[in-house]
Amino acid sequence: MIDIVDLVKQFPGTARPAVDRLTLSIPDGEVCVLIGPSGCGKTTTMRIINRMIEADAGIVRVGGRDIMQVDTVTLRRSIGYVIQHVGLFPHWTIAENVATVPRLLGWTEARTEARTDELLVMVGMDPSTYRDRFPRELSGGQKQRVGFARALAADPPLMLMDEPFGAIDPITRGRLQDEFLKILRALRKTIVFVTHDIDEAIKMGDRIAILKDGALLQYDTPERVLAEPANSFVSAFVGADRALKRLSPIACATVAVPFAGVAPAQSIDGTASLRDALALMLETGEDVLAVRSGDQWTGVVTLAAIRARTVSHRSHESAPPISAP
Amino acid sequence: MKWLLNNWDQVFEALGQHIVIALTSLAIAFAISLIVGIWAARHEGVFRAAIVVTGILYTVPTLAFLALLIPIVGLGRANAIICMVAFSLMIMIRNVAVGIRGVPAEVVDAGRGMGMTGFDVLTRIELPLAAPVIVAGLRIASVTVISVAVVAAYVNAGGLGTLIFNGISNDHAPKIWTGALTACALAVAADLSLARLEHWLRSRTA
Amino acid sequence: MLLIDAWQFIVAHPGRFLNALGTHVALSAAALTLAVAIALPVGIWISGTGRAAMAAITTANIGRTLPSLAVLALVMPVLGTGFAPSLFALTLLAMPPILLNTYTAIQQVEPDVVDAARGMGMTRAEIMRKVELPLAAPIIFAGIRTAAVQVVSGAVLAAYIGGGGLGDFITAGIAMMALPQLLVGAIPATLLSIGTDQLFGWLQRAMIPRGLAS
Repeated sequence: MIDIVDLVKQFPGTARPAVDRLTLSIPDGEVCVLIGPSGCGKTTTMRIINRMIEADAGIVRVGGRDIMQVDTVTLRRSIGYVIQHVGLFPHWTIAENVATVPRLLGWTEARTEARTDELLVMVGMDPSTYRDRFPRELSGGQKQRVGFARALAADPPLMLMDEPFGAIDPITRGRLQDEFLKILRALRKTIVFVTHDIDEAIKMGDRIAILKDGALLQYDTPERVLAEPANSFVSAFVGADRALKRLSPIACATVAVPFAGVAPAQSIDGTASLRDALALMLETGEDVLAVRSGDQWTGVVTLAAIRARTVSHRSHESAPPISAP
Repeated sequence: MKWLLNNWDQVFEALGQHIVIALTSLAIAFAISLIVGIWAARHEGVFRAAIVVTGILYTVPTLAFLALLIPIVGLGRANAIICMVAFSLMIMIRNVAVGIRGVPAEVVDAGRGMGMTGFDVLTRIELPLAAPVIVAGLRIASVTVISVAVVAAYVNAGGLGTLIFNGISNDHAPKIWTGALTACALAVAADLSLARLEHWLRSRTA
Repeated sequence: MLLIDAWQFIVAHPGRFLNALGTHVALSAAALTLAVAIALPVGIWISGTGRAAMAAITTANIGRTLPSLAVLALVMPVLGTGFAPSLFALTLLAMPPILLNTYTAIQQVEPDVVDAARGMGMTRAEIMRKVELPLAAPIIFAGIRTAAVQVVSGAVLAAYIGGGGLGDFITAGIAMMALPQLLVGAIPATLLSIGTDQLFGWLQRAMIPRGLAS
């Protein structure tokens, strides 16, 4: 869906390029997370895709078409755009905000209204309650839900999201991440998602692109980035606890094996992560936990099984840095 | 231009009168607005009342105000000064009050917590931190006062307006030019220098 | 009582009074309309530029400080006396607050809101029309209100350059030391000015978009 080839952008008066010959491809329907420290070029790259910033050199193709061949306004109306502070129009109702792009595209009133209600339901806000409210009446989380609905309104195949949950409290953030991810997968959208939070990247991304100083260091699935960081920077960036991070997305139920013999003293719910299982094992001193689903015992999870999943086959810290692929 | 060079003493005298009544009015207005402004900063009701009253005063046309004072104080400088003080009060009281209210509560709290008296807090914390906003008000008041003083020449208050009125009645263009341009220059100079002061104060208290 | 004398003066010279009042209102309305017609579009235009904005803003700031009577007087040797020169001078006096407020108001619209509008594919014109102007409207209108009061007050001084208006009664009253006549000019002029301020204040409150808290 998106092909970025040798993209370059340097802002006047700066010492080095913000984006330095970046090449990467994002297939249809995938969530690609751009992550890196401040100044790595992730937001700049994203904003080049919808031409909010114009690149100095390189090609960007969206849906096979070079973005420079498309008029900017037309391009932007076909791409969903979600930013950290949402930018809801304060003088318009929620319904009017969501209806922005459909109205720009000239949809009929009836179709626009129906779509607005559909979207509000999708993001978990009852239309009859919220349709005529104003942004200032909403909480941060609610505002971002509306922002999300607004970006989806014209059903664009591609969505750009720039740290959408950065300004939201951690509890609401987790909930929004889950809900939005579910919606995006069901709609099979292609997403470019910018964040500085590695845990969010692992949770949201099908693939993670780690950027530093405008260059791409590693572009791979979260699992492989955690298991085999390309160099010491990536290794440090994902965190010294990356072995534990690899356990977080895996539910106990998926690795449980049938048990025979004495029932283990401790048990854990099947939906809990292997990371939680490991924590419980360390706390209780047990090597085996029974896995339950409701009242049923579905199997056991062992420390050995957890170990098998966290051992990395590359040599560590003392190895020389490997250059980017 | 020639006229100016030949009669610069006249211009100087007019300019001197102009500056004297302007400064006098500003000094009086400043004193009043400090007192009322501090009071208004503490009490919402006083603030609102002060703003409404002085706001109405500010809206009165200059010449009308001067005229309305004639039955009461006659002609002359007192008339002009009362008018100029009245016009200055709205902006100055408002800015003193807003400036003081704008001082972060935690700074005042810290001061009190360290054992400062109310007077100390006012003089060492609130007024210094409110200074940029107060000077901003003083800046607007100065320009207003200079403008009023031009008209006040018509009620025998002296000032650069005398040159203008003289020039108009005698159809003597150079006098008009000189009076008007000098008044403009004075206003711009006052505005720029106070702007610089305001800027400097802001950079110190940021 | 002076007030009664003043009233009797009006009753005795209704034509003169209404004429002066009419001229005063006409002069004010015309000057304000012209000032808005010029300064508002310019303010919108410069809100997007850099250097043109600096020049315009500096000029407007200087213009804002100039004494009203000085501006009226400067016009006289060049354009003469009468309605038109007065109109010219008053228009000049009214433009700075409108220009400055328009520029500031548009600059102060939340950058995130403008970014979102741009990112969603609104054209420049659509952003200005649908987002920036509605959100800037209250402050723009405050500028128009300031200009309106300035014009109505300034029109009193137009008497000095033959512009007519209520100022004529005041200057005549002072010249002849006829206090009733003086009040015939001063009181209606004051009421007109205060009334204008109240009217525009009411309009300004009506301009606040529904979604913004007052």
